Amino acid sequence: MGAYTPHTPQEISQMLERIGVGSLEELLAVSPEIAPKAPLDVVPALPEYQIERRMQALASRNRAADYASFLGAGAYRHYAPPAIAALAMRGEFLTAYTPYQAEVSQGYLQAIYEWQSYICLLTGMEIANASVYDGATALAEGSIMAINATGRTRLLVSRAVDPRYRAVLHTYCGGLDIEIDEMAVGADGRTDGDSVLAAIEAKNYAAVVVQSPNFFGVVDEIDARLRSAIETSGTVPIAVVSEAISLGALRSPAQWGAQIVVGEAQSFGVALAYGGPYVGFIASTAEHMRRIPGRLVGRSLDNRGREAFTLTLQAREQHIRREKASSNICTNQAHCALIATIYLALMGASGLRDVAGLNLERSRELATAVSSVPGASLRFEAPFFNEIVVRVGNAAEVLAALQARGVLGGVDLGRFYPEYADSILMTATELTTTGDIAKLTAALREVVHVAALR
Amino acid sequence: MSQLSADRPAPALIFETGAPGRATHYVERSRPHGEFLPPELLRSELPLPDNSELDVVRHFTQLSHRTFGIDLGFYPLGSCTMKYNPRVNDAMANLPGFRDLHPYTPDDLAQGSLAVMYELERSLSSIFGMAAFSLNPSAGAHAELAALLVAKKYFKDRGESKRTKVIVPDTAHGTNPASAAMCGFKVISLPSDARGRVSVEEIEKVLGDDTAVCMMTNPNTLGLFEDHIAEIAAAVHRVGGLMYYDGANANAIMGNVRPGDMGFDLMHLNTHKTFTIPHGGGGAGHGPLGVAAHLVEYLPTPVVRAIPDGKSDLRRAPSDGMRFELDFDRPKSIGPMRSFWSNFAHAVRALSYLYANGAEGLKSVSQLAVLNANYLRVGVSEFLTTPYPEICRHEFVASAQELKKATGVRALDIAKALLDRGFMAPTVYFPLIVPECLMMEPTETESKETLDLFIEALREIVETAKRDPASVMAAPVNTVVGRIDETRAARQPDLRWRQSG
Repeated sequence: MGAYTPHTPQEISQMLERIGVGSLEELLAVSPEIAPKAPLDVVPALPEYQIERRMQALASRNRAADYASFLGAGAYRHYAPPAIAALAMRGEFLTAYTPYQAEVSQGYLQAIYEWQSYICLLTGMEIANASVYDGATALAEGSIMAINATGRTRLLVSRAVDPRYRAVLHTYCGGLDIEIDEMAVGADGRTDGDSVLAAIEAKNYAAVVVQSPNFFGVVDEIDARLRSAIETSGTVPIAVVSEAISLGALRSPAQWGAQIVVGEAQSFGVALAYGGPYVGFIASTAEHMRRIPGRLVGRSLDNRGREAFTLTLQAREQHIRREKASSNICTNQAHCALIATIYLALMGASGLRDVAGLNLERSRELATAVSSVPGASLRFEAPFFNEIVVRVGNAAEVLAALQARGVLGGVDLGRFYPEYADSILMTATELTTTGDIAKLTAALREVVHVAALR
Repeated sequence: MSQLSADRPAPALIFETGAPGRATHYVERSRPHGEFLPPELLRSELPLPDNSELDVVRHFTQLSHRTFGIDLGFYPLGSCTMKYNPRVNDAMANLPGFRDLHPYTPDDLAQGSLAVMYELERSLSSIFGMAAFSLNPSAGAHAELAALLVAKKYFKDRGESKRTKVIVPDTAHGTNPASAAMCGFKVISLPSDARGRVSVEEIEKVLGDDTAVCMMTNPNTLGLFEDHIAEIAAAVHRVGGLMYYDGANANAIMGNVRPGDMGFDLMHLNTHKTFTIPHGGGGAGHGPLGVAAHLVEYLPTPVVRAIPDGKSDLRRAPSDGMRFELDFDRPKSIGPMRSFWSNFAHAVRALSYLYANGAEGLKSVSQLAVLNANYLRVGVSEFLTTPYPEICRHEFVASAQELKKATGVRALDIAKALLDRGFMAPTVYFPLIVPECLMMEPTETESKETLDLFIEALREIVETAKRDPASVMAAPVNTVVGRIDETRAARQPDLRWRQSG
């Protein structure tokens, strides 16, 4: 029997009789040519206590918890108050489907309307959708919005945009005839837009994509010259935000000219969980309202004039428009969006400002400490949020040696940028302690010294 | 019903509550941002409300009281497989060793998570008869897109880029044609025959050397098993096309028949349906993509590679004696579909469910899902038309067309009347080929008593419709709001709170 099936043998017989079929096998008969030839090769059923033992044994084979960690690069360790899980894990939220029947889904619909509002307030955009899978797919979907808006088929993307987001964009474009050009990174760690001004002005591009803080942690706004070229050419400026906590300190992408803002809100209380589920967002100016993909929650009135929430503008969506839809997205990340909404409600403006400020503070403490190590230096000098690029020699070797000393020093940039194989991307958040930084610095002194001797 | 019919007003929007400075302090106060960054880069205002933790807890608890989930009552939403979501799965996903692991953790410190992914991948391959699965896609539609990208690349490598057409039956889920379009394919819609199935003759009319992929779900969205599936697959393969299995309805087939044995080359599974991962109000999902041997090298990156360094027995202790690593070096891969490797927490939930059931349990799950659907179908057929009166699989469709002609009461009205009686409504107006369609999927976790109560509620609604149609058309009246003005919502979009109110 299945583990969660309530049927007694007598009930099964009664039900079969009512249906008029002799057995369960008869009910599901298939022709012999397609019937399975061998039993399924899966683990035998376990009682619940043994499921726990086995899972705990597997979880204990993850051994990163005791390390001082400076990993970030698109997934961030932040404090999440326990009230988030207590609320989000309520069965009403957890076991609801997409709120097609609005009359019995008002609570979830209101929460998603609040999520959309929070994203608008933080990004400075006019509208935001109910979420997409993650930051990378948000960029792909946002780019398709720009392609549909302009009728152009080329994108111009900064190399300082998260390389995995760019890889996903390439995957998505593999199905369409979209070409992607890149903007170089300048010596200070910011996108160098100067070399592409002429191409932008020639109206070649559907969108220009910049990330801030960028993959190197550097605040990377579209500068005035690039912005003016974008405006005159009718190109859509897209901003990417992968560290959402930065929105508590930095001015909104709307203020430096973005028309579409896409990003990742994992930092708002969503567990790291080895990469997912996280929650992507897409926000834009009002002119893109009918091109935005996925669910949108709107506020309307019910038949007695009471305020009520409902899914709206569904004529964009796959279940209505099929092959003419603005996207194929159906399932989104509603529950992670709920978690982020609860996080923002708990933190409030003052809490988010403090968390952002502590990230600024601790990352500067980190920068000062590591740059005091002989042989280690900061690669970029432009203002940064909570991540720094540290030049150490051979990044892969140094990281392995740090790991042997109980430190996860960060991400080897050579993995994505051959030209930066000497550099590590290090992250500090409000959870990074002075002790962690001291441990890293002490290890780095041994390791970089050793590397230099070789 | 009681929670949802409470006469208390809606909680105010969070933005209309609180007072500046009231928020609970979870972290220390920070120094002014201006000490760290130049003022022109900084935000001048942050108009978010400050609320005490208690007020936030009350706000979201009250919102939960205005939300219907499986935990509150029967949820017969067709094609959505709203079965019980076991709590042990969530507890396992929340083990700190899983929950707190950073995706860039070096492989040697992430062996537990990699073992979970490997074990789930191998098990799914066996259950569905595929050579390999990718756990990369985030949901069913995402996996469909990945699969079509795989097909596109496969044909390109074979010098068959002229294959531009994707065949989709008219009963298919809306994501199928939308995914095909996102991948630049032309969609050919295939009419169902009088038996509600794809016929070999009909599909042969549209097959040719421009056929890329035929996307089908089996059982289809009418709940009917495509009994000519082997001949259809053979016909598609004969012209060089690929067969894609939409796994949204996989709850009907486990241990009974495998997509690989039916002739499918690609498939996705919605583990958030079949493997009890909670839907969470619309996501996050999890859409493993399975492929036959000739397509494995095209799967999205990364894949988990196992390096045996001792004796291992997958059925007893699969992760013992093995080392795992994430493999990104896959030259023919379509590339990554998402930021990180997988919706990993959901992989844990799916594996936990697999542990609870084993092979025999999964077989029983599908059998009892089909038993429940047929029991419901027979009961409902006493008072509503069932256009395909034969043995169904995990779901079936009824039509309110005749009731509408007689009384004016539509499928939508029946759906709303069910809400008044404490049940979630079935899927309505889908599939598109059945007029006034009600599509019902009870799942295997519902008891006979619940099905009986639902049948009686539905019977009572139909009888009321004949006696007093206006009262059914006025439903729902026991819910916190009545029917919503959708036209107003679309014509005067109010998609966010604004400071001015």
